[in-house]
Amino acid sequence: MAAPKASLHLVAPVWNGGTRGIGGLSRVVAPEGNQKKGRSLLQFLADRFYDVEALRDHLLRKQVSKVHQKNRPFNHINQRYGPYVAGAYFILKQGGAVRFQGREWIRPNQRGHFSLDFLKLQAVPVEAVDASGCAINYQGLDSLLALKELQSLWLQRCPHVDDWCLSRLHPLASSLQELSLAGCPRVSERGLACLHHLWNLRRLDISDLPAVSSPGLTRILVEEMLPSCEVLGADWAQGLKLGPEEQPRDTAGPTPA
Amino acid sequence: MLRRTLLLGLCRGPLGRGLGTHRGGSILGKVEGRGGYRGSWMAPSSSSVTFRTQDPAHDVKTVGRLGGGDRDGKMSEIKKKIQSILPGGDWNPLYDTSYLPPEGSDVVIVGGGVLGLSVAYWLKKLEKPRGAIRVLVVERDHTYSRASTVLSVGGIRQQFSVPENVQLSLFSVDFLRNINEYLAVADDPPLDIQFNPSGYLLLASEKGAAIMENNVKVQRQEGAKVCLMSPEQLRNKFPWINTEGVALASYGMEHEGWFDPWCLLQGLRRKVQSMGVLFCRGEVTRFVSSSNLMKTASGEEVNLKRIHEVHVKIDQSLEYQPVECAIVVNAAGAWSGQVAELAGIGNGPPGTLQGTKLPVELRKRYVYLWHCPQGPGLETPFVIDPSGTYFRREGLGHNYLGGCSPTEEEEPDPGNLEVDHDFFQDRVWPPLAQRVPAFETLKVRSAWAGYYDYNTFDQNGVVGPHPLVINMYFATGFSGHGLQQAPAVGRAVAEMVLEGHFQTINLSSFLFSRFYSGEKVQEHNII
Repeated sequence: MAAPKASLHLVAPVWNGGTRGIGGLSRVVAPEGNQKKGRSLLQFLADRFYDVEALRDHLLRKQVSKVHQKNRPFNHINQRYGPYVAGAYFILKQGGAVRFQGREWIRPNQRGHFSLDFLKLQAVPVEAVDASGCAINYQGLDSLLALKELQSLWLQRCPHVDDWCLSRLHPLASSLQELSLAGCPRVSERGLACLHHLWNLRRLDISDLPAVSSPGLTRILVEEMLPSCEVLGADWAQGLKLGPEEQPRDTAGPTPA
Repeated sequence: MLRRTLLLGLCRGPLGRGLGTHRGGSILGKVEGRGGYRGSWMAPSSSSVTFRTQDPAHDVKTVGRLGGGDRDGKMSEIKKKIQSILPGGDWNPLYDTSYLPPEGSDVVIVGGGVLGLSVAYWLKKLEKPRGAIRVLVVERDHTYSRASTVLSVGGIRQQFSVPENVQLSLFSVDFLRNINEYLAVADDPPLDIQFNPSGYLLLASEKGAAIMENNVKVQRQEGAKVCLMSPEQLRNKFPWINTEGVALASYGMEHEGWFDPWCLLQGLRRKVQSMGVLFCRGEVTRFVSSSNLMKTASGEEVNLKRIHEVHVKIDQSLEYQPVECAIVVNAAGAWSGQVAELAGIGNGPPGTLQGTKLPVELRKRYVYLWHCPQGPGLETPFVIDPSGTYFRREGLGHNYLGGCSPTEEEEPDPGNLEVDHDFFQDRVWPPLAQRVPAFETLKVRSAWAGYYDYNTFDQNGVVGPHPLVINMYFATGFSGHGLQQAPAVGRAVAEMVLEGHFQTINLSSFLFSRFYSGEKVQEHNII
């Protein structure tokens, strides 16, 4: 256990001063340059001492629990003010924006503060949620799924939204018309397959998903799956390999058979 | 003079086995050139020669003068070799036994598939204090070429008729969702089990509609997200289905789908190795046990057996290692019946508890992969026809995996893993083409066969200790749904071993004693 492991360093080391989020877990595709930057002192020590390894494990677990803490349900607000206000509070606390029916967008300011005026809007349904960049995960979706009249949901660049989260969106099928998943690092074509429950969907943005293996083909299949929906995604020709007649001839190489 | 004493002192006399077995090399003496020295140091009758060069005529005294003018080179070579003998070097006077299992281990798990590894993982996770229990996993097939885990289709569902199965499956789905928290190993990349949350669609004919409704009620009570659909709704949702003969359908909306079992296996393997579990590549050939005649509370006399040693035979060798153990876990999958027989389970007059065998046997099942360009699209769930035929989407290229369980009369011979392609033509394709008309034109790309650890009694798993062989625990017999329940079953067995009773999920109806008492826990939704 204490011997240094020659492992595949596909993701950046966990404890690197300034790593955002759970370094190893949130980045599915990490740039190669990160591992060359030199292993940190903590990692070096962890390979040699059990205590330091336990410390690293502890720090990793703390980062995971921070995300869990951010996604805890606000049950007391739910009981007092109702599900719409609880959902709005949850989103605003995470750093996202909310729009109630017939009102303007409510956003937190630079320092994360927001006015609590919306607490009076107990019976007004939430129509649109902009959770771009928020650390919302599978548990956090509980608060969102209570918003039964949600029409527009933006989950752009959310680091913890994955295929499991997409499979949870089906209770919003009757109202959801617009969904944006652009830039989510963990969403793959397998999660997109369960979007067919959302029969009311009119606009779907699946551009720039790094975990999708063939973006062009996926877009075509999603368009077939949701015929009345406008799908914004990769160009259908992206990812296609050039045919033999289009390939540039390499005169220096051996003649093709 | 000094070198001569050194040579004599390090002679092979008091050491038992030939040093030739150690990495096939010699320690003192020329190894390069002349065809290399790979001999053993046998011939104890030759007293003066303690090491041999290629030319046996040479005497020990003449060694230093071998290679004449190369004296300095020889000296440095000998210095290097002496350094390797001294403590800290890499010469070991004892023979290399790293391929043998340890001489003793607290728990020996027979079978290194997903169930065995899951038991190992939970044992190491739930033990108090940390590092208290030594676990050894014995697996004879280190490439997993015949293991049911990796040959499985990889589906996970909650649509069972027995409530315990639903609970097991829900726990396992939770485990899979948080797999990177459970199985995280520092500095290794996170696992991607490629879960497709597309759900299961079970179709029922008129006869089975009432049972299906009942089952869905049970499943909903346990917390599964399943909805019932009428043929009309089915046609709206999945226009490629032919609903003729279908009276009702149950569709799992969440927590159901399929994933990559190899990834789960490797993830578990990596994690348990990092937790200190030892692996051995060998086969269990014998249990050495002792019996005690005891009296129950009601005065009856019972013969209780306790396994003391497990003989592990090494692959392609006659060598075996007796491993002293306190607990044996039988997770040998399709071969659990044979392992149980080795422990003497079933040796007795039929109809008694001693005579009750473990009713788990090998059953061969085929899986076919075909391509159908007009087939159903991305939204295809795992469809199970009332006739027992099933299929699911595989990848993005209109490929599908599927098969059918044969009836008792047409069970294929489980002696090998050869695929019968006629079975597809006769038994799988017609119901498929009838249910999904697009499948009338399809092309089979490949096929494989795997084993079910089929429980002939009631097609449900066996978990927990044996009533007579008191330190053998079972985790087997799941008849095709072992993979999807493995994390939960592993935890249940670990709790049984460590605490003595089930804590998270109560699996007392899955104990071995039901084979004797005759209480079947019949699972109806088996594919």
